[in-house]
Amino acid sequence: MSLWSVTFATLRKDIRLEWRSKDALNSMLFFSLLVVVIFVFSFDPLAEESRHIVGGLVWIGFLFASMMALNQTWARELRNQVLDAYRVSPAPANALFLAKALGNFIFVSVLEALMTPLFVIFYNLRVLGPAWQLIPVAVLGTWALVVNGTFFAAMSLRTRSREIMLPLLLFPISIPAVIAMVAATTAILTGEDSAHFYIVLLLTYDVVFTTACLALFETILHAE
Amino acid sequence: MPVTDAIPQGLPIVTVKNVIKQFGRFAALRGVTAEFDGGRFHAILGDNGAGKTTLLRALAGLAQPTQGTISIFGKDPEAACRDIGYMAHPSLLYDEMSGMENLRYFAGLYGIAGDGRCEEVIRAVGLDPELARAVGQYSQGMRQRMSLARAILHDPRILLLDEPFSNVDVNSAREMVGLLRGMRDAGKTIFVVTHQALLLEGVADEFVWMQAGQIVDRTASIARAGVP
Repeated sequence: MSLWSVTFATLRKDIRLEWRSKDALNSMLFFSLLVVVIFVFSFDPLAEESRHIVGGLVWIGFLFASMMALNQTWARELRNQVLDAYRVSPAPANALFLAKALGNFIFVSVLEALMTPLFVIFYNLRVLGPAWQLIPVAVLGTWALVVNGTFFAAMSLRTRSREIMLPLLLFPISIPAVIAMVAATTAILTGEDSAHFYIVLLLTYDVVFTTACLALFETILHAE
Repeated sequence: MPVTDAIPQGLPIVTVKNVIKQFGRFAALRGVTAEFDGGRFHAILGDNGAGKTTLLRALAGLAQPTQGTISIFGKDPEAACRDIGYMAHPSLLYDEMSGMENLRYFAGLYGIAGDGRCEEVIRAVGLDPELARAVGQYSQGMRQRMSLARAILHDPRILLLDEPFSNVDVNSAREMVGLLRGMRDAGKTIFVVTHQALLLEGVADEFVWMQAGQIVDRTASIARAGVP
């Protein structure tokens, strides 16, 4: 029973549960569609303007939408107190955290893959910079959102109004990552600047916060 | 059902020393001290709020004592987790998955490979491993049985069961009692928190009476001296 075998067993279980209920994906998709439609009707940007603003729109949309998945992650474990069954087992605490973070990463990535073409169509986007750099920005940015989100969602589990607590805890700590994601995306879309600095910043952010979350999660899991 | 390392009867395997458990200003356990012998069936009784569930959760390692110590086979409850099977009042199962899918997942947490053991425990509690229905669609009695199957999946030496007969019809409850008696006879140590003490008459080896966060009496039969 290794860390990775439990991680993948838990991840498989979470994907199966999400596939059956589609709670997180449906709500995230609905929310993101609303963001796209509302902004398209609010103003009618030219392609040049779009390139400057859409980086912010996309990431703010994904950040808010990911709240739905993050809240669902632990809500499932609270029903029937299933989390207690994990707590009394000898399975490593970090396996649960990694499985939840990877699960959220997959769900938010699916959302991004579905929504990005819509953003491209509705905002007449054409990338002027190196388009391949959008991939590391998306991967590192998504991980930055979900790793802290998964951790703070677990932390707010036992609070009375956890749906409110999660954004209150998560948003301030995500500011450096969100700034880097938006700046990198804008730099790539406009081709006016290099995104290299922001990609390194995101990588550093991910390493630091993943390490911190893994170091602290066992305490959070066994807190009463 | 295979029995590993059966415990000789009459040796204390669970030791609780001056355990206090506070939730804010409320003390759920107020200096509980007791030793429990192995291979016996202990029924923990008392009114609502007497501290029964808190004591059971503390034994399972789910509630950290504010003061005092708990030792199971000479270890902390967390370190003894492979020896402990815990069944709570809620089912501790995922409603959206079948019984077999649930047990397969929990077996993985204990490093149990293959479906053999899962099928064995599902049959042991009188259910069908082939049942594809999600646990959320089970009757309360079936859910309780599946919950018991999850608790005994890793063949623990100690079983901690919180209200295993609640919302279960009399016949199903009697069947569960028979099942637990068999486990005790096979060498397991069983702790049952219940309000349905009469079901355990003639089965439990000891009745532990709790009141206001303390153990106030321990009797061999359900009758208590001086209590009507």
